[in-house]
Amino acid sequence: MSTLHTVNKSPFEKNSLADCLGYAKEGSAVLMYEDGVYGAMKGNAVAEKVAAASGVKFYALGPDLKARGISEEKLAEGIEVVDYAGFVNLAVENDIVSAWV
Amino acid sequence: MKFAIQVNEGPYQHQATDSAYQFAKAALDAGHEIMRVFFYHDGVNNGTNLTTPPQDDRNIVNRWSELGKAHDLDLVVCVAAAQRRGIVDEGEMQRNGKDAQNIADGFRISGLGQLIEAGIQSERLMVFGD
Amino acid sequence: MSETIKKFMYLNRRAPYGTIYAWESLEVVLIGAAFDQDVSLAFIGDGVYQLLEGQDTSESDMKNFSTTYKALGDYDVTKLYVEKESLEERGLTLDDLMPLTWEDEDDDWAEKDSIRLVSRAELADVLDDQDIVYSF
Repeated sequence: MSTLHTVNKSPFEKNSLADCLGYAKEGSAVLMYEDGVYGAMKGNAVAEKVAAASGVKFYALGPDLKARGISEEKLAEGIEVVDYAGFVNLAVENDIVSAWV
Repeated sequence: MKFAIQVNEGPYQHQATDSAYQFAKAALDAGHEIMRVFFYHDGVNNGTNLTTPPQDDRNIVNRWSELGKAHDLDLVVCVAAAQRRGIVDEGEMQRNGKDAQNIADGFRISGLGQLIEAGIQSERLMVFGD
Repeated sequence: MSETIKKFMYLNRRAPYGTIYAWESLEVVLIGAAFDQDVSLAFIGDGVYQLLEGQDTSESDMKNFSTTYKALGDYDVTKLYVEKESLEERGLTLDDLMPLTWEDEDDDWAEKDSIRLVSRAELADVLDDQDIVYSF
């Protein structure tokens, strides 16, 4: 079973990302969207934790990055940018979806 | 694939309902089915026809109504949450002795069982909240 | 009511009273109990505060729904997973929580604990094994 975890809050406002990382097992996917995309930036205080999640694939929602002025070069390594169609595909490809609202 | 969507927040205050809408649209464009959109908590406020957003902004309520109409979507507002927050249809108006109704086009008010049923019948439940 | 039995997980990560999420999600659990699914609840982070013993709203005039958790056993909702790490982070132990039990009709109506204290890693396995996850 693989899970898509979704995180929509800034890691500096809420602990959604931290909670999610505690539950994201190897082979799962994490999508950051809305204010969650701030967790995808490089050089911030959570970047190390994100990088340390082994076997977890991270995605960030392009339209939400763009709205917030976050260009791709500001993203941490290994983060893949997807659009809403990509979001849908992630939900289809994984067996269940856990929303860390 | 058969999706169900749960929206926990109202319009404008949170992006949750925007994200839910964009997800629904993308899923429909890709040929998937949205068997129900269930509005819960403050999400019931997506179903009022009394909003008047400025003209240069998106009209979130109308957008749901239009998407619902175009794709025959089942837009369900939770009755318990709606009663608390003043979202009223014809039946609720009469049952509770109110003098007005405000349910937006294409939405219907129903029970929480609809959310459970959505969980049972859909293949994926997408939750959008705060 | 339904032929397929799915594994339903209700994810509780909010404290009570400050917002309505905890109470309204409990309402979903109560309604959902009539659908005979395989139901579990997880209490993670501030969600563990929902189960604190001794909640008294008499002076705040909020609706005290804490007694409803005690009725869950009667609704055949008997699997309440509480994350150990979340309790510890908050300086709590199992003794600080309401005693929640259910009666096992297959075991001569023996009274059993509904609360299952599990580690984050154990709960991660439980979460991964679900068919559907409700978040509020």
